[in-house]
Amino acid sequence: MSIDKDTAARVAKLARIKVEEDALPALAAEFNTILGFIEQLNEVDVEGIEPMTSVTPQRLKRREDVVTDGHQQPKVLANAPDEREGFFAVPKVME
Amino acid sequence: MSDLNKLGLAEARDLLRKGETSSVELTQSCLTAIDAAGALNAFVHKTPELALERAADADARLKDNDAPAMCGLPIGIKDLFCTKGVDSQAGSRILQGFKPEYESTVSQNLIDSGAVMLGKLNMDEFAMGSSNETSVYGNAVSPWRRGNDDAELTPGGSSGGSASAVAADLCLAATGTDTGGSIRQPAAFTGTVGIKPTYGRCSRWGTVAFASSLDQAGPMTKSVRDAAIMLEAMCGHDAKDSTSADLAVPNFEAMLTGDIKGKKIGIPKEYRMDGMPAEIEELWADGTAMLKAAGAEIVDISLPHTKYALPAYYVIAPAEASSNLARYDGVRYGHRATLEAGDGITEMYEKTRAEGFGPEVQRRVMVGTYVLSAGFYDAYYNRARRVRTLIKKDFEDVFSAGVDAILTPATPSAAFGLGEMTDADPVQMYLNDVFTVTVNLAGLPGISVPTGLDSQGLPLGLQLIGKPWEEGDLLNTAYALETAAGFVAKPGKWW
Repeated sequence: MSIDKDTAARVAKLARIKVEEDALPALAAEFNTILGFIEQLNEVDVEGIEPMTSVTPQRLKRREDVVTDGHQQPKVLANAPDEREGFFAVPKVME
Repeated sequence: MSDLNKLGLAEARDLLRKGETSSVELTQSCLTAIDAAGALNAFVHKTPELALERAADADARLKDNDAPAMCGLPIGIKDLFCTKGVDSQAGSRILQGFKPEYESTVSQNLIDSGAVMLGKLNMDEFAMGSSNETSVYGNAVSPWRRGNDDAELTPGGSSGGSASAVAADLCLAATGTDTGGSIRQPAAFTGTVGIKPTYGRCSRWGTVAFASSLDQAGPMTKSVRDAAIMLEAMCGHDAKDSTSADLAVPNFEAMLTGDIKGKKIGIPKEYRMDGMPAEIEELWADGTAMLKAAGAEIVDISLPHTKYALPAYYVIAPAEASSNLARYDGVRYGHRATLEAGDGITEMYEKTRAEGFGPEVQRRVMVGTYVLSAGFYDAYYNRARRVRTLIKKDFEDVFSAGVDAILTPATPSAAFGLGEMTDADPVQMYLNDVFTVTVNLAGLPGISVPTGLDSQGLPLGLQLIGKPWEEGDLLNTAYALETAAGFVAKPGKWW
């Protein structure tokens, strides 16, 4: 399976990382090197083997469904690149 | 007393308890060493005022006989741990200026144990790398050199700053994290001890996430005893991490008897790689002989799926990273790109992430995005998770056949020069983790112990792999190996 320039552009778009047009061929070539390495996995017989979901067999703990935290708006916003009137500010989302 | 920074945790603790030194003196000694070691680029955010304040508190507690296990011991903290009010940027530009409003559980446990943080340590960006060359702060440099050659060497990665700082005696010990070998490989490259505990031993809460099913924190120290002391302080159940194990933490130090008579040590044939340097073969054979002489029974074992661990890792880790790193979007913290008129939110995300992430992080996020994308999820991600099940079963079979621990080389070579791998393709760099990555995939504890020097005078380490939750037994075997190897070499000071 070989990745071409268009696929590399599509992946970059999905990952929300801007990649300049002229950098795409090199990126595609790197993907191909890495995916070529990963292809070895096709040699393994995985018939009937369950995909691992948890490396240590354990049940996730449950707790009461109640509010345990909150009322920390200034702390939540303290590191925001842009905040206005107690909210995170971003460029216009809707026209 | 001079050279207090050269002490290990156990020695310094004992001197403190006898009143022969103070935490303030120890801390001052380390701060002086740090200021003189700019060339190593290990400490990237220094916190001297905070350190001296905590040291004074520790001295008061020591005086009142109210001293917890690590009271007054100065340590470094990897930049991956969120530390309240102190820069925590995971070696990345995208977290520039980020000062958390909270403390990670591991660093809080260390505070509760009385440890004194000296500052934050260099690392590969988001812990993605094996040489500390992907950091926004620039390379961390090893204090070790090849004979009289003054070429700068890597301290390993991703916990390169931690390894360099401990090896150069800038601190008594440091925290590291290990997703594919990031504690054990730098420990091996710098003649220090590093243990990655069983997955779930240390809480991951407040530690910047790379690959959540693989990440574990652990100590990087000057001796196995120090590793036992510090691991005990770091780990324990935490309700804030749902994968944290609700198990009692044993007194690891008390388990260091050095008696390994009758223990069964497995030597896996699959770790004898084609083209393995003769020095590594010899180191491994010597280590095997040492454990045998200490009374262990040596058995040949097979871990048949070893070869597939790295390719499986390079599906699973990027997949999880692409998900974990989605949070860096320029909205809630860190860097946001300067936008042009007319740019909308998508441009903000794309420009912010292109500017904020370095090339290796971008590469892994995109590989992860690809293997999780529609049409490839089964072929790559699910297949890798199936192979992971088989890799874990390899270990389970060996342990159920009575093996207590497994001995392997820690790395395929000694430390390489900074910049020497620049022209290699990414896969060449990934091969550094060939002996360590299986342990993360299987969730097991693994420890790297320095046992020898190569022909150029660089340290080499062996890895011991233990059963889940049996860190105490593993540390004891490592202690026996350390005692037999008698590794005492230190880098000559040039910085």
